[in-house]
Amino acid sequence: MQTKTRRKKRLDRSIKVRTEGLYALTSWAEMAYLFMPRVVLVLGLLLLPLVLDPYWQRVLCSAGIYALLAIGFDFLAEYVGLVCLGGALFIGAGGYIAGLLNAYFHWSPLITIPMATVLGAGLCTLVLVPCLRLRGIYFAIVSFMFPLFAVFIIIALNVFGGTEGITALDTFPNSWVELYLILAAVLVALFALRRLVNEDMGIILRGIMDNDQAVRASGINITDYKTRAVFIAALLGCFGGAHLSHLYGWLGLSLFAMDFSILPIAACVMGGMGTLVGPVLGAFILTPMSEALRGFGQLRVVLYCLILIGFMVYKPEGIMNVLQRKYHQFEVWEEV
Amino acid sequence: MASEPLLQVTRLSKSFGGVQAVMNVGFDLARGEILGVIGPNGSGKTTLVNLISGFVKPDTGTILFKGLDITGMPPHKIANLGLTRTFQNMRPYHSLSAYKNLIVPLNSPRVRKTAGGTLGDIDAVAIDILEEVGFERDARVPYKTAGSLPLGYLKRLELGRCIALRPELIICDEVFSGLSMSEISSIIPLLEKLRMEGMTLMMIEHRLRELFRLTNRVVVLTFGQKIAEGTPEEVMSNQQVRDAYLGTETKK
Repeated sequence: MQTKTRRKKRLDRSIKVRTEGLYALTSWAEMAYLFMPRVVLVLGLLLLPLVLDPYWQRVLCSAGIYALLAIGFDFLAEYVGLVCLGGALFIGAGGYIAGLLNAYFHWSPLITIPMATVLGAGLCTLVLVPCLRLRGIYFAIVSFMFPLFAVFIIIALNVFGGTEGITALDTFPNSWVELYLILAAVLVALFALRRLVNEDMGIILRGIMDNDQAVRASGINITDYKTRAVFIAALLGCFGGAHLSHLYGWLGLSLFAMDFSILPIAACVMGGMGTLVGPVLGAFILTPMSEALRGFGQLRVVLYCLILIGFMVYKPEGIMNVLQRKYHQFEVWEEV
Repeated sequence: MASEPLLQVTRLSKSFGGVQAVMNVGFDLARGEILGVIGPNGSGKTTLVNLISGFVKPDTGTILFKGLDITGMPPHKIANLGLTRTFQNMRPYHSLSAYKNLIVPLNSPRVRKTAGGTLGDIDAVAIDILEEVGFERDARVPYKTAGSLPLGYLKRLELGRCIALRPELIICDEVFSGLSMSEISSIIPLLEKLRMEGMTLMMIEHRLRELFRLTNRVVVLTFGQKIAEGTPEEVMSNQQVRDAYLGTETKK
């Protein structure tokens, strides 16, 4: 048997070490090293719409909505330990509340979107709280069921427009508003959650993920904290839903579509779980890709799956984890 | 007249299906005391800890802590009253660095209330507590992720997690298990110091020789029942205890 005589070793770049702590402020190079990724992200997202035609701007809008769901999924899965497939529930609740307020009371989107975000998130949290005792796959299954319940309830009672939905809701004044609203939401959600996971509350949530028993023995009510985490993730999803129903001026059962629960997972896997920014990247790659593959008709799904499988096999850690590693570390060959 | 005991356990029972894990166990624990609980494998020691700390609800019996009935209370409420425990199988918050592990108890209602909003820099407090349990302040150890720490440090971290809560009673579930003699010898002074500071300890142990250096009162469990209670010498000379547990070792 042939034994390897050398292997790859990863070392932190010296600039990474220098930028840890206060020394970061001592030179432009180090400050640039810290700020470049953020600047590229923010400018990239804000400038992207300017180079796209109206059709792709619409695609970017729905990519933004998927990105919000993906951030929420990543946050719950990697920082709280809850695998929540409730994306469709969040979108549906937000979308229906915003749409109904608009259809019945004729309130403007300026009011309905914030209201739907908060009320929808409250409603979703209320529904999910009894299941918070469940862990892992069990919570995933239960959270997956609620959108189905909602669909059947709406069909059976024939309320809220029944199977047809409600059309002619108010839409946004122009495409720039709809686009920049969702992009701003993505950026705010991203930076806010990034901050949150390193605050005390985030530390406690990560503690709950690692060992919930020890957190309870430390005098902390874990259901309380999990509820808050679910509420935060639901806020993101419900905002996306409210945005979606005003985007198309329409609400209907497809707001509870399975896509909203499944695609965020794919985006997380592709973008890199646990990085928060990775899922955004994943959503901004997968949604346009799924549009571009439309020409293949039914084959679309097959191609889509092949790309995903390719990622899982060759880059299971996801794009963002690889990029972060390349940015912060270099590889050298080491004799064994 | 002795003061009221800190912990009073009366006729505690718990069965899992057909297995009677704990049966009619009762004992008192005075403030500032170190009580040892020993017994062979499967004698219900850990179940007893789970019952007292609220992780398992008892079938019958009552637990009074500071005169307050805590039977059936959820664990976080009991912890906030000042009763906390360590866990036998060490599972720290492995993705967090060692000192961040202490941020969790430092955010509990109990600590916030006692500190009265003057806790100051919470990270600094965490590092102070780690130093108290034997982490070198200036070394890199407190900043390493907890998942990469060796067992000795994990046990100290677990104790630190308890101390951070500033409890009145700590139940230690086998803190000595898996440690070398030298590691144990460095933890024992720590426990003695805690007792000097007024902390009450209840030690569940398998390592009798080390335990007897700390405690002068022991409760013995076998098959979920209390068969003896008293000083180590009394307990060791008890025939029932010898039969159940120590027989072969003392007849050498």
